[in-house]
Amino acid sequence: MTTTHVPATARGKAVARPDRPPRRRRREGAAWVFLSPWVLGACVLTLLPMAVSLYLSFTDYDLFNAPRWVGLRNYTQMFTEDPRYWRSVLTTLLYVVIAVPLQLALALLVALALKNMKRGRGFYRSAFYAPSLLGASMSIALVWRAIFNDGGTVDNLLGTGGWVNRPGWALLAVALLTVWQFGAPMVIFLAGLQQIPGELYEAAEVDGASAWRRFLSITVPMLSPVIFFNLVLQTIQAFQVFTPAFAISAGKGGPADSTLFYTLYLYDRGFVASHMGYASAMAWVLLLAIGAVTAILFRTSRSWVFYASEEDR
Amino acid sequence: MTTTTPSTPVVRKPVAWRRVALHAGCLAALLVMLYPLAWLLATSVKPADEVIASLDLLPSRLEWSNYETALDGVNDVSVGRLLGNSLLIAGGAVVGNVLSCSLAAYAFARLRFRFRGPLFAFMIATIMLPHHAVLIPQYIIFNQLGMVNTYWPLILPKFLATEAFFVFLIVQFMRGLPRELEEAARIDGCGPFRSFFSVILPLTRPALITTAIFTFIWTWNDFFTQLIYLFSPEKFTLTLALRSFVDASSTSAFGPMFAMSVIALLPIVLFFLAFQRFLVEGMANSGIKG
Repeated sequence: MTTTHVPATARGKAVARPDRPPRRRRREGAAWVFLSPWVLGACVLTLLPMAVSLYLSFTDYDLFNAPRWVGLRNYTQMFTEDPRYWRSVLTTLLYVVIAVPLQLALALLVALALKNMKRGRGFYRSAFYAPSLLGASMSIALVWRAIFNDGGTVDNLLGTGGWVNRPGWALLAVALLTVWQFGAPMVIFLAGLQQIPGELYEAAEVDGASAWRRFLSITVPMLSPVIFFNLVLQTIQAFQVFTPAFAISAGKGGPADSTLFYTLYLYDRGFVASHMGYASAMAWVLLLAIGAVTAILFRTSRSWVFYASEEDR
Repeated sequence: MTTTTPSTPVVRKPVAWRRVALHAGCLAALLVMLYPLAWLLATSVKPADEVIASLDLLPSRLEWSNYETALDGVNDVSVGRLLGNSLLIAGGAVVGNVLSCSLAAYAFARLRFRFRGPLFAFMIATIMLPHHAVLIPQYIIFNQLGMVNTYWPLILPKFLATEAFFVFLIVQFMRGLPRELEEAARIDGCGPFRSFFSVILPLTRPALITTAIFTFIWTWNDFFTQLIYLFSPEKFTLTLALRSFVDASSTSAFGPMFAMSVIALLPIVLFFLAFQRFLVEGMANSGIKG
């Protein structure tokens, strides 16, 4: 690509700089000027902190006294002596496994319903999307707590008592808040569905394929890159849920640690109990866990994600 | 619309039925989904004794004093002040993100430089990086700089393009612009900076607006970062002030608490109503190629 416009660019400066290398270096220099804020941010606010957090994870550090090297103690304590840690792991995994598939299934279902709609699609699309923007707020988290509390709407309707105060059920309330925000993946699904060529469905219909058959043989494979994208994105986000857990349990992770999400416990260890070393170790395990889950998703995706033969994906 | 072939009416009838059923289903789902919002609005004007143990959405009388109490604020800090704090942080974040992310995106999308491939891959990878992996050292850095309990830790990172999601969003958009634009600009004697500011940036406006709106809403909603960096009540944002209600949630404080929640949601709702096209399309184009 560069070679094609060399004549055009060289024309103006031909007298001053007939040779190519300085010219190219200058353009390369311009690129680095554009990149400089990002490079600074990546170094000072991403790479350096990652390294420091790895180092701190092997220390005892309370923010006031110098970090004290303790080797693997934070990790061994985490894995072998801290039942609350495992509780937070279990809670988070359970939540991810419940909330993400439910949310994506609902998102896909609604996207399919809206796909062929002629009138009202834009309206529904926006209306279903709105909770995705509102739901991350403390305001809605507080509403959720009230609705699922003793005497709240859910208690009145189902007579189950307040979910918020019952171990097990509180987690479900948080999961439902996530499911409620299915609008964001739905919008992405809808955009993906729009790109599937209609002829495929027409051909299948002519061949007498049932709606279910068409869904399985056309929609799912053609949509699989988008399904995969949503799955990875929502899973990574779900691992880091914080605000609703904080609101529902008043920051404590109760009842009986049943909403002690991983990030809530990390916050508690680091910023409430001032065990920055321990919290750093937790952060690194979270990083590795998310990396591992993403890698597993990518690995399994080879067998079910179908990319059309185009190269520029 | 009459048809002569016998088979068509048989096919068409169920389709019309199905359309009605589809709309009915969508509307029902929508009503369920909107319930929490209706509940919030209703509760914010309910008298204290009707908040709990009443299934009625509509209050028997409107208790506007909830809003009066809410306007007085929390911890002797007025809502006006809290609102101003929130706006300052969100506004600073918007300026920072739009500036720094568009600069980086231009380099990635349109310029050639060494290590572009690996750096781009790294940038994409940071989208997946959990915030918590960098949180504690970032906190220590800002603590060393004496910036804890100021707004700098909340605004400064946005000027350094740390939210790679937006860099990626703008890159995707810029890649769609025709190459000839810059070539023409270059023939006219524009350097990379002129062609960025005068040619590419104006054309990227939809992506920049999307970035601005999402940054505003996400920063406005953000709770975790504000929670760890701000501790003086007069520096609190609206979101953080709501936290005071998390611990003490006696029924008597319910009305004011939800009045304040409504106030805190209002900017997002307004943004959504005004810019829903950009938001929905920005989300739709975020991952899949447009």
